[in-house]
Amino acid sequence: MAIGDCGAKSKLTGSQIIIKALQEEGVDTVFGYPGGAVLPLYDELYGAKIRHILTRHEQGAVHAADGYARVSGRPGVCIATSGPGATNLITGITNAFMDSVPLVVLTGQVGVGMIGRDSFQEADITGITMPITKHNFLVRDVNELAGIMHEAFYIATTGRPGPVVVDIPKDITTQTAVVERYPPPLNLRGYRVCREPHPLQILQAARSIARAERPLLFAGGGVITSGAHEELKALAEKQDIPVIITMMGKGAFPEDHPLFVGMVGMHGTVAANYAVGECDLLIGIGVRFDDRVTGKLDKFASKARIIHIDIDAAEIGKNVPAHIPIVGDARLALRALLDNLPRPAVHPDWRARIRAWQEEHPLHYDRNCGLKPQWVIEELHRLTGGEAIVSTDVGQHQMWAVQYYPVKRPRSFISSGGLGAMGFGVPAAMGAQLARPEATVVAITGDGSFQMNSQELATISFYRLPVKIILLDNGYLGMVRQWQEFFFDRRYSYSDLAAGNPDFVKLAEAYGVPAVRVTEVSQLTEALETALEHKGPFLVDVKVDREENVLPMVPPGAHLREMIVGG
Amino acid sequence: MKHTLAVLVENKPGVLTRVAGLFARRGYNIESLAVGPTENPSVSRMTIVVEGDDHTIEQVCKQLHKLIDVIKLSDITQDPHVGRELVLIKVNAEPHVRGEIMQIVEVFRARIVDIARDSLIVEATGDEDKINAIEAALRPFGIRELARTGKIALVRGSRGKVLEADLSEQENVSQTG
Ligand SMILES: Cc1ncc(C[n+]2csc(CCOP(=O)(O)OP(=O)(O)O)c2C)c(N)n1
Ligand SMILES: [Mg+2]
Repeated sequence: MAIGDCGAKSKLTGSQIIIKALQEEGVDTVFGYPGGAVLPLYDELYGAKIRHILTRHEQGAVHAADGYARVSGRPGVCIATSGPGATNLITGITNAFMDSVPLVVLTGQVGVGMIGRDSFQEADITGITMPITKHNFLVRDVNELAGIMHEAFYIATTGRPGPVVVDIPKDITTQTAVVERYPPPLNLRGYRVCREPHPLQILQAARSIARAERPLLFAGGGVITSGAHEELKALAEKQDIPVIITMMGKGAFPEDHPLFVGMVGMHGTVAANYAVGECDLLIGIGVRFDDRVTGKLDKFASKARIIHIDIDAAEIGKNVPAHIPIVGDARLALRALLDNLPRPAVHPDWRARIRAWQEEHPLHYDRNCGLKPQWVIEELHRLTGGEAIVSTDVGQHQMWAVQYYPVKRPRSFISSGGLGAMGFGVPAAMGAQLARPEATVVAITGDGSFQMNSQELATISFYRLPVKIILLDNGYLGMVRQWQEFFFDRRYSYSDLAAGNPDFVKLAEAYGVPAVRVTEVSQLTEALETALEHKGPFLVDVKVDREENVLPMVPPGAHLREMIVGG
Repeated sequence: MKHTLAVLVENKPGVLTRVAGLFARRGYNIESLAVGPTENPSVSRMTIVVEGDDHTIEQVCKQLHKLIDVIKLSDITQDPHVGRELVLIKVNAEPHVRGEIMQIVEVFRARIVDIARDSLIVEATGDEDKINAIEAALRPFGIRELARTGKIALVRGSRGKVLEADLSEQENVSQTG
């Protein structure tokens, strides 16, 4: 309700300004949890044209907003109250920061005059989130609120995206200000985004590509963020260049494509890891050379010149020196490269070498004994035709999902990459489902991870979100157990969950989510079919082979060549 | 090697924390950091002296650039610039050594700004070498307290004007963009 002042400009309360800003920014869904400091805002949300999803924990809200953003490509929005509400968001904000996901996070704060006095439910959230946000704001004056909201969305979604926190004192939400128009002008003279790549760098890169005998495209999350997947495919095909991906790049290139080699890194394929070692030109696009990807740095791509394309100049040269740095948007850079490479090329010898590695060292597991987690994922892939949107939690099941659920399209596989935060999978799947109501959304989780946000079953149930939860239940913190097996003499220190685990089927049913348990090979296919055909949410608790390992594996700190391949 | 960075930042609460926090969390070594307002009330100038190899300094600059509140940044180490630091030194000064101290003060073109019964406060400005030298010269008398501001610096010649012109240009860009 705008308070009309008899023909004078209408004044809005802070809460009304926030709602108006959200609507103007095109936000249709927000995730949140109320509390004292945001009561005026929640009062305004009551009846507003924005859908608010009440999660059961603020971490659920922020991960859901993150999943929504990853799948839709639009910014995710979440709301929490001051103090404990805001601090409950920290893991989710960090997760979005590490994986460059655009989020606008609204937190309540104690009144302006109460700040700094250790007031009830006061936490210095701008101070706390400084290292884990792209930027943050503390609103001190209601007249600045509209401008800050606009800047928050602008910063979160442009350049290298990331989370932006707007901390809003309670009294600001009830004070009034005139908002002439939305969006107000930006006042960000220190924020520049360089999207256009430098033509000379492009020229140099194009020449290197034309000269290379063993070129390799290396695609990360930045390809998906910038929507550069078509250009990537065009460049790969025209220049006959094989493609490897990071986990964040999963979906950037169709995995059934003949030029696709695999994921690189700690649990990458043998062929991808060998290819990095043997290529003479590595073209990194939207990647940050994370240590889980590169292994020991001194021998990473040691025979190659490196072209590094990234929108964030600070990523270039951070971990690996680039011979040809290109700062800019991945899509624009790839287009420019295509324009500068008119003549197609072929690399039959290089392709044949890679094919030989692929044939010699395919992903494999023992199909003949027990209920193998890899097989569960393969069956899921078969039954969904590879068309589901998959979110994962963190652990062995995550790596098996990466390895055995190949995808064809961007924004169809979401996972906590840089932070590796257990608890991401289920709430992220909720956000994904809300972004794509018609899609089949599957959360692949583990018994450990699931219990980090299992309260969100209530949200799933209440909103009838038809998310399918596939629980690879090994009764272990499986990835921890695997490391203990390999590197700590099988001393399984505090990684066995079996005795304490709940009956997951009963747990789901308690929330009104139907569920089945699979204990025999013979039951799996039918259980998955039931889940996928069911109209609403469903949980399948699969008692998988407990001590299966994720292979291949490059031990931490080793070279990519030094893989444990297994029998 | 030591680098001197001239950084123009938004004159807003929390900006110093953002900069200091960045250095701490990424493990960069700040030698000194001096900050104060400029002729433009919305802009503060930081002069940061940071120790590191070329790779580190490049990262420092790129990471600083990413801070939304950093408007402009230049590494002026190689540019001709005037760099100054101010020091206050409270030194023991029984009457029989005062003459000697005053001679030292004279040589360094420093000043005595406070006199107590058995001590003096000496004020000196200069580049790092000079400040180190006067400190060394006064040490034998017994330094009771010492405060240094850290380096502040401006590039010689007319380049500063360009900086300011740049700044207003950017203001225009962001107003229209
Ligand atoms: C919040 C959080 N705490 C701890 C870890 C360390 N960690 C990585 S994987 C893992 C085990 C995950 O267990 P589960 O979810 O059952 O998956 P599994 O490996 O068994 O498939 C742990 C504890 C983490 N990644 N995140
Ligand atoms: Mg487990």
